[in-house]
Amino acid sequence: MGDIWELLDSVMDPEIPVISLYELGVLQDIRRDGDAVKLVLTPTYIGCPALGIMEEDARAALTAGGYHQVIVETRLAPAWTTAWLTPEARRKMTAYGVASPQEGGIACPQCGSVNTEVISEFGSTACKSLFRCVACHEPFDVFKAI
Amino acid sequence: MKLHDPLTRYVVRLGDDALIMGHRLSEWMSRAPFLEEDIALSNVALDFVGRARLFYQYAADLMGGEVTENTFAYQRDVRDFTNLLLCELPRGDFAFTLCRQFLYDAYSLPFTQALCKSADSQLAAIAAKAEKESRYHLRRSRDWMLRLGDGTAESHERCQDALDQLWIYTDEMFECDALLDGLIAAGIAVNTEGLRSEWLDTVTETLHAATLVIPEAQGNVTGGREGIHTDDLGFLLAEMQFMQRAYPGLQW
Repeated sequence: MGDIWELLDSVMDPEIPVISLYELGVLQDIRRDGDAVKLVLTPTYIGCPALGIMEEDARAALTAGGYHQVIVETRLAPAWTTAWLTPEARRKMTAYGVASPQEGGIACPQCGSVNTEVISEFGSTACKSLFRCVACHEPFDVFKAI
Repeated sequence: MKLHDPLTRYVVRLGDDALIMGHRLSEWMSRAPFLEEDIALSNVALDFVGRARLFYQYAADLMGGEVTENTFAYQRDVRDFTNLLLCELPRGDFAFTLCRQFLYDAYSLPFTQALCKSADSQLAAIAAKAEKESRYHLRRSRDWMLRLGDGTAESHERCQDALDQLWIYTDEMFECDALLDGLIAAGIAVNTEGLRSEWLDTVTETLHAATLVIPEAQGNVTGGREGIHTDDLGFLLAEMQFMQRAYPGLQW
């Protein structure tokens, strides 16, 4: 049987497939109860349809690693916030082309300029808004701060 | 489907508002004036449908597992739905949809903030998540009021027409009834009457900035909370529930 943490570190956000459920802050807790593994997940944006996929992917990874009894509990409180993104997750997101909310303005993931403007409050998924870099003219996604 | 437990009825009522609003917004998919707005409307629709799911899941838990979230959405008839009439009105033109959204978002933000303090911990947890979205919903719908109201002669006229049509449906948001009175006393439900002045302040400030005028009061239309709806809700449900009615228990 594989190490539970290692197995779950391979489970990525389906929409931003470079950050894991743990780095995203969705994986809140892991407990062993005899042969069973209990995962506590928290949803990000209410409208995000990906939570079901994350749950399935986590189950599949654990089953492949030899854990056949997986219990998933959804926890709403405390409400998920972008403040839980680890620095490593922010760095990976930026490298992937998605800017993350931070102090000092929204920086373009292409050229780093903070001279950026909003195109639309809503982007390609529930968690993103659409920005444009005034310096290099590239449009880019921004993870919405909540 | 008759619900008796007051808390369950309240939770389903909140779910109904969210589901019907979300469905109306989803009707814009592929029909919005431009791509970014198509995506925005779909995303807000997802937020509301997601909110409805959390309320319905909680209601199903309260009923001890004899029903699921889908039972509430797909297996109830029009008289069982207790959503606000405002939410069910046909989407109309783009100005109508955005004016409805603004009037509702200006209510939804203080509502979810107040529900965060509910004595019921699950309702408070759902509200804490919904409140975050309500902030950017209101920011966006307020921006649209400014653009449309203070835009071209046509956008201004369409916006003002929409407000004039919608205004008689707004009072229902603040209505209290026997169900609410009991749950307010228990610290569970939001006293919606208490949200009226904050809502009116937001609406007055925005409409003024958008060069629009507050419509004159011409009475109120209510009844949604008792299951007395406009004709339009029946048509909405006929479309939304079709697959589950034709193939009960169908799974994708």
